[in-house]
Amino acid sequence: MDMEEIKQTFFVECEEQLAELESGLLEMEAGEADSETVNAVFRAVHSIKGGAGAFQLEQLVSFAHVFETLLDLIRGDELEASADVVRVLLRAADVLSDLVNAARDGTEADESVWQPMKAELDQFINSNGDTSPSGAESAEDEVPVQDGPDEFGFEPIPISLDMFETEDDEAAGEYTVRFRPTRELFQSASEPLFILRELSGMGMATIECDTSNVPTLDAFDPTASYLGWTITIRGVENKDSLHEPFDFVEDQCELEITAIASGEATGALEEVSEDDLSPPVLEEIVTSPAEIEVEVAADAEMADEPKVQAQVSDAPAKVAEPSKQSANAAPATIRVDLERVDRLINLVGELVVNQAMLSQRVVEAGLTETSSVMMGLDELEQLTREIQDSVMAIRAQPVKTLLQRMSRVVREAADATGKIVRLRTEGESTEIDKTVIERLADPLTHMIRNAVDHGLEMPEKRSKAEKSEEGTIELSAAHRSGRVVIEIKDDGAGINRDKVRSIAVEKGLIGADAQLSDNEIDNLIFLPGFSTATEVSNLSGRGVGMDVVKRSIQALGGRISISSRPGHGSTFTMSLPLTLAVLDGMVVTVGGQTLVVPLTAIVETLKPKNSDVHNMGCDAAVVAVRDSFVPLIEVSEKLAFGEERTNPSDGVIILVETDEGKQNALLVDSIQDQRQVVIKSLEVSYGHIPGVAAATILGDGRVALILDVGELVQHVPGSSLNSDQPMMLEAS
Amino acid sequence: MNTTANKSDDEICEIVSFSVGAQEFGIDIQSVREIRGWTEETVLPRSPHYVRGVINLRGAVLPIVDLAARLEMGPSEPSARNVIIVTQINDQLVGLLVQSVSDILSVNKSQIQPTPDVASDLAKNFVRGVLPSENGMLSLIEIKDILPVELGEAA
Repeated sequence: MDMEEIKQTFFVECEEQLAELESGLLEMEAGEADSETVNAVFRAVHSIKGGAGAFQLEQLVSFAHVFETLLDLIRGDELEASADVVRVLLRAADVLSDLVNAARDGTEADESVWQPMKAELDQFINSNGDTSPSGAESAEDEVPVQDGPDEFGFEPIPISLDMFETEDDEAAGEYTVRFRPTRELFQSASEPLFILRELSGMGMATIECDTSNVPTLDAFDPTASYLGWTITIRGVENKDSLHEPFDFVEDQCELEITAIASGEATGALEEVSEDDLSPPVLEEIVTSPAEIEVEVAADAEMADEPKVQAQVSDAPAKVAEPSKQSANAAPATIRVDLERVDRLINLVGELVVNQAMLSQRVVEAGLTETSSVMMGLDELEQLTREIQDSVMAIRAQPVKTLLQRMSRVVREAADATGKIVRLRTEGESTEIDKTVIERLADPLTHMIRNAVDHGLEMPEKRSKAEKSEEGTIELSAAHRSGRVVIEIKDDGAGINRDKVRSIAVEKGLIGADAQLSDNEIDNLIFLPGFSTATEVSNLSGRGVGMDVVKRSIQALGGRISISSRPGHGSTFTMSLPLTLAVLDGMVVTVGGQTLVVPLTAIVETLKPKNSDVHNMGCDAAVVAVRDSFVPLIEVSEKLAFGEERTNPSDGVIILVETDEGKQNALLVDSIQDQRQVVIKSLEVSYGHIPGVAAATILGDGRVALILDVGELVQHVPGSSLNSDQPMMLEAS
Repeated sequence: MNTTANKSDDEICEIVSFSVGAQEFGIDIQSVREIRGWTEETVLPRSPHYVRGVINLRGAVLPIVDLAARLEMGPSEPSARNVIIVTQINDQLVGLLVQSVSDILSVNKSQIQPTPDVASDLAKNFVRGVLPSENGMLSLIEIKDILPVELGEAA
């Protein structure tokens, strides 16, 4: 691993830490936090700070440091986590996330954002100082007890060091550091070289490597750690600072820091270090704090610590590693290259097709349902289904991260509009395909902003309407009949139908005398070129309207609808497929070929009478569907499958709606089936064909094309091409 | 193929020979992935006349080029006795529909003669050399030129 790779890993971990941080803070906001939550929040910031330090990301470190200090006060019960404080913390978490992103992209973070935030945090810390002297001290002192060596990881040493601190101060700043990493240090991918470099940067250092433990080659264990180093360093102001390089490895090495010229202290220290993993030392210190003249703050710290440890670990021998334990308490995960997962998904798709083919062949061979072969096949079918589901589940992720991101969107939108908004989320554990999650972020952000900006009223208006000043947005996700349904519900004023209607008329989207139901009016907001905001605000209304949202949802194979009650708010409902690898489709026959029409595009199917079909000119026709006339599209003609035209009354009409909301009637010969198909890209194996989205393989082993309804109806009939025309040449 | 073009003349290369119409053709064995029987294709709308369609090759979608139509020898009317040669260029798989596969020949590079200067477009466009064979003559063709334009570029 080179440095760049390690850095990438750091940023990936940062994202996890930030998510952890945010979810912890949200729990605190909801008042559901226990001491473990606060610890987790603190750890997240601490880890980011530590990692950032290793990569010299100074802005990040300085901000994280202040943030961490404040969290530490809360952790030590010196500052109450009131609603105000948590709100500030949440905003600080946003800023921290921005800083991390800036560091990752190598850009400068916006000073005007993070500096004031830092100042605000500082203010909290300092104001707290009036009531708690130890807290104030920790804020002033760059390396206080709380902030020094990983206190939840390795408690005994810093305390014992504090004990000698007064003596050390006279020791002319010369220290001996004995450092012997254990196997675990290397297993966690830490690199002693960086630590040594950091140390030698602190003062005049002489480093000696101790190779006496290296065995002969036949006894050599390549994963074991045999080396140790003795570093003599001069000119260090503060002894605690020597601990900093070891922040993250302290429980993975033998470490001893002694001041030269203070022999007494050295002796005592060695004693502690040798036993540093055994609980008795800790107990001794904890149970007899009076004997050790440590600061009050440190004392409080110590009294708290064993409780935490007891929660996480029952094994007393491991008492020195509580933080590691609790950090590992999260479910074990591995990172896998997405390509490998996709390959697996493809293979399983093939397995499913193969299994279906086999079943069909067996039926064709005339075996009875009760024969043992058929029964075996049934079991195989169940197994393949299960394998497919499990493989799909690998790509699935809980929507939690997505919903959490929205809480930030709400905060920012609320700040920008001066509204008071509370976001309630539900169904965070609902799982959905990773790609769907990624592509859902933008439309969802936009809808949330809309809900805050247009949906909710200003506080004064709300109180007039006898509603609580605080507006609520409910964001929920749930599985419903093989799809994921995401709802965004606000308790605002609802859609002003008169206004929507008049805007639509004004913009020429509907006729002035159009008769529309309430629901139809509500759905007008999805039309291109529609925006209800009377003035363009900072948030929404920057040209991106609900039509774009609708289109991106449809691109994911989803649908979106709205329902609204005046005075009570609006609900947007999105229904999405669980994965992009399969699709629900209607299998139809056209000119002897089998095609698949995506179910999301289909509005209804009907059997037309000849009298319903009206010709327009020589080439085009429309079909009467209830009150309206819909363009009739002959699929076989469009795709140039055959010369003879199907008589409409012999075929079936599939009424489809394109992304733009226009309806078209597709004429097909017959409908075979409705089923889930595995999507196979045609672009990779052949190229793009207008009107065809992809291919799939049906149960009989034949390839069937999946129609791209939007593209199919776009082409005016005159441009229909015969099969000999090399369309691909043009396309290239 | 390009991979063998720069090597010395006495190098041995292996050639899969097959018949299209009444003529013998050959391609470098390096680009042949497998040979399989013909199954009915799914027609691709608006494809060039020599692209018969796509078939399912163990879960992958494989485009089929009718070599007879491509070589301007009239479209073939395939039956189960016809053969599809699955070829691969880089990552691109293409099936070639041919009458039948005859043999695998080991030939010395020096045996390959340059394409005689004839008026035929076919020869100019696709044939990269000729070989004397048992039945007379075998034309070596370059797969890349056979492919539809888009696939040829991708490959």
